[in-house]
Amino acid sequence: MADSGETGGPVKKDGIQQAKTEGKELTKEEKQRLRKEKKQQKKSKEKKDEKASQESEKEKKPVSSASPASQPPTQPITPKAPSAVPTLVPVPASETPAPADKPAKSKAEMKAERRARQEAERASKQGKKGEVGQQAAPGKPKAPPSELQPVVKRLPEHVQVDNPEVLKKLAKKLERQQIPLRSDYGYKVSLFSHLHQYSRKAPLTQQLSIPSTVIHPAIVRLGLQYSQGIVAGSNARSVALLHAFKQVIRDYTTPPNEELSRDLVNKLKPYISFLNQCRPLSASMGNAIKYIKKEISNIPSQCKEEEAKSKLLNCIDRYIDEKINLAAKAIAKSSIEKISDGDVILVYGCSSLVNHILCEAFEKNRKFRVIVVDSRPRLEGREALRRLVQRGISCTYVLISAVSYILPEVSKVFLGAHALLANGYVMSRVGTSQIALVAKAFNVPVLVCCETYKFCERVQTDSFVSNELDDPDDLIVTRKGKTQLEHWQEVPSLGLLNLVYDVTPPDFVDLVITDLGMIPCTSVPVVLRVKNVDQ
Amino acid sequence: MELQAVLMAAGGGSRMTDLTYNTPKAMLPVGNKPLMWYPLNLLERVGFEEVIVITTKEVQKMMSTDPKMKLDVKMKLDVVCIQEDGDMGTADALRHIQQKIKTDILVVSCDLITDVALHEVVDLFRAHNATLAMLMSKAHEFTETVPGQKGKKKTGEQRDFVGVDQSGKRLLFMANEADLEDGLSIRKSIMRKHPRMHIKTGLVDAHLYCLKKAVVDFLADNKSISSIRGELLPYLVRKQFSKTINSQKVKDDTEDQNQIKNDGSTNHELLISSRDEPLLKLAQERSCWNDHRGDMSEAYHGGKLRCYVHIMDEGLCYRVNTLAAYIEANRLAPKLFEEPAVHPSAVISERCQMGSDSIIGALCQVADKTSIKRSTIGNSTTVKEKVKVTNSIIMHGVTIEEGCNIQGSVICSNAVIGRGADLKYCLVGNGQRIEQEAERTNEVIVGTDQLMEI
Repeated sequence: MADSGETGGPVKKDGIQQAKTEGKELTKEEKQRLRKEKKQQKKSKEKKDEKASQESEKEKKPVSSASPASQPPTQPITPKAPSAVPTLVPVPASETPAPADKPAKSKAEMKAERRARQEAERASKQGKKGEVGQQAAPGKPKAPPSELQPVVKRLPEHVQVDNPEVLKKLAKKLERQQIPLRSDYGYKVSLFSHLHQYSRKAPLTQQLSIPSTVIHPAIVRLGLQYSQGIVAGSNARSVALLHAFKQVIRDYTTPPNEELSRDLVNKLKPYISFLNQCRPLSASMGNAIKYIKKEISNIPSQCKEEEAKSKLLNCIDRYIDEKINLAAKAIAKSSIEKISDGDVILVYGCSSLVNHILCEAFEKNRKFRVIVVDSRPRLEGREALRRLVQRGISCTYVLISAVSYILPEVSKVFLGAHALLANGYVMSRVGTSQIALVAKAFNVPVLVCCETYKFCERVQTDSFVSNELDDPDDLIVTRKGKTQLEHWQEVPSLGLLNLVYDVTPPDFVDLVITDLGMIPCTSVPVVLRVKNVDQ
Repeated sequence: MELQAVLMAAGGGSRMTDLTYNTPKAMLPVGNKPLMWYPLNLLERVGFEEVIVITTKEVQKMMSTDPKMKLDVKMKLDVVCIQEDGDMGTADALRHIQQKIKTDILVVSCDLITDVALHEVVDLFRAHNATLAMLMSKAHEFTETVPGQKGKKKTGEQRDFVGVDQSGKRLLFMANEADLEDGLSIRKSIMRKHPRMHIKTGLVDAHLYCLKKAVVDFLADNKSISSIRGELLPYLVRKQFSKTINSQKVKDDTEDQNQIKNDGSTNHELLISSRDEPLLKLAQERSCWNDHRGDMSEAYHGGKLRCYVHIMDEGLCYRVNTLAAYIEANRLAPKLFEEPAVHPSAVISERCQMGSDSIIGALCQVADKTSIKRSTIGNSTTVKEKVKVTNSIIMHGVTIEEGCNIQGSVICSNAVIGRGADLKYCLVGNGQRIEQEAERTNEVIVGTDQLMEI
């Protein structure tokens, strides 16, 4: 990636110098390009210098405490890591202090680095030999190499809100991409103070210019719809995201001397940051973005722009068709086998997939009735209720506080999922784990319906570590003209918590119905592995 | 590009002819800035870089010579001139510039002075994919005495009836009192979909509209619509619930049939559709959001045409189209900006008593022993000794001789007030001379050529 940047650099420079000499004022794009070039030139200079000291720095970390000016541990150090170049890309801001360090290194330090490097290489060779012998024992971790080079996994930024350094980095990154930073709102409950909490009354568009030039208007509209909750639900958000990306791709023109496969990906990055600021991305959206980025970077460089764009648009259509529409059909077919006549099915909240399944089953003349369980403050169950009743299905509506009273009547529980984690946990709307727990206590089978594109490689065992905090003012209710919680911010010991997601352990889930078939919850890592091999 | 701004500056100021006789309404000085500077400043602050200005040749000439416009307005102004005397309504003007319009538009009137957070209106337009989003404000009573008004203020100004839904954002009904001869009737289809409607009358329409591009194309086909506020808006609001767009059911409502007859004259359909319509529909279907509850229909009742309104509770919003509004605006507009009250180039002698809420324009000369309170003095004005100016608006190039006493009056450009004159609540027209020792109260002093012909 960086190599082409170097060759691209001088060519670009000519273009801009031409413009300068012609006396035209540099437009915004050209200024941005100039900035980019300068950065790339700096990077290429650094790269040459740093390649030598890169490995030694990596060794330095376990040996001595990492100096803040050195490259931050952005990559997990594994024995097969090809190294240097990609780590330089994300943090250009810290480049400037780095060159200042180099002249300060004395001969003694360089000797120590060289020695440490040699030891590490020796140890890694040993470790590789050890691995081959140890493959029979699956549980043993790769001990020898990790002793010398501990795997440094980076925590995602969105769960480190109480760390001021991370916040500063985020602010710098957003500034670079010209996206405003959304400020947190209200007192956060201490257990969740590491998460963002935004207010719906302070939209991000307040700080944007109105005919938005930095961000494509379709993305601004999408961000607004996310933050106001007009587009809610995992599938809806992914479809809306892909729709917006289609418009972006249609309106995109490759700047001269750039390649579509690289430039388009770079163009999408600020949009994704913007959407993240409006509302944290869901797992399904993350997978969709990964797919699109892969498709874009796989476009051959000799492909013409029109052809490339139509190819990308077709890819997006195909993705939606396969992963969402056809998957829904397949899941409906499988789950109809599980619904028998006379069933009483319990559903929670409004899951588009579960509603689809129930409507299909009703069309196929299965006789069942549905109990819709709802919870505040979202009260999404009302929408589910409307859709089911519109089709003619007989429904009962209760709040989650009545679930243990209603469960003796229930024969099956169908739940939707926001994401399925790699350790078999189900991440879904807050309250789902409660329903699963009570159902387990009553020995009622719990079936989770989830498409495979929502499977994600994260691992979580509790709902605290990574979650989403919604606007706390949603919890405020006005009854008979009185709003008791109106001035909740003035009470120092009061915090309002509006969680969005929770995780359900696999012990409570009996079956997961996916488009690949009906699998137990613990087979999720297998599916993930198979998916990775396919791709 | 997302939005194109269009500034309508060709209006004649028909409700304040005394002021606009010589100076077109768009260039009337308010707080020593031309009136059209205020909406342009609003657009500039929000981030617009280009504005299409529809105006007359006269205004264009004045704009190019006005120092304030040249220096302060950094946006690119694309001036389109139209005939001054032709009855070109605002919709006709839009039709005239249809070729320049490539995307959705934001139409602003030149007489709007407001400090609204524009993103509130535009967010409604974006988030709900609306066809129309407009701004309205609660009307404020004008407290200042208007010169030349005899007797109590007439209540006859036609009221506007605006119906909004429960959330206060969706526009359901809009009509002017003049069109409702035999009572206010609301269609059953509206009541079925929105059983709770709030009807408000005390609202001021700010004439700030976000319109979809499809509306401009529709205007090009339908030449019978000539005014945005008077005809286009009520049409769009009615069309939201029109049967042709929504359902195929045929009902025998006599009122509905009448409406269909009225709508039948505009027979070209307003096509609201976008590419990837099926994807949008899929996203909406899968989303668990609904804008209303209690009935069996989906979000927006399946309607594609939606009109939204943002009603400002607090903050400044004035439309300077009457004399009373003009006086009020002069009082309040300077508070919008942090500018020094006295222009640095004005020459003010030390023994002048100047109140803190007065504004003195550039190149003024104020002599000794004068007292200026709560007034606005325009550029290049000369105020001689022993003059008392209270609560008044003095425009550019006026000469006020010694010993005058001016109270609650409006003195237009280039007027000369003779020595010792005493004016209370008067309006002195352009270039008029008031003789010495004159005493006028509550009069409109204009030239004979300005008087209307009966």
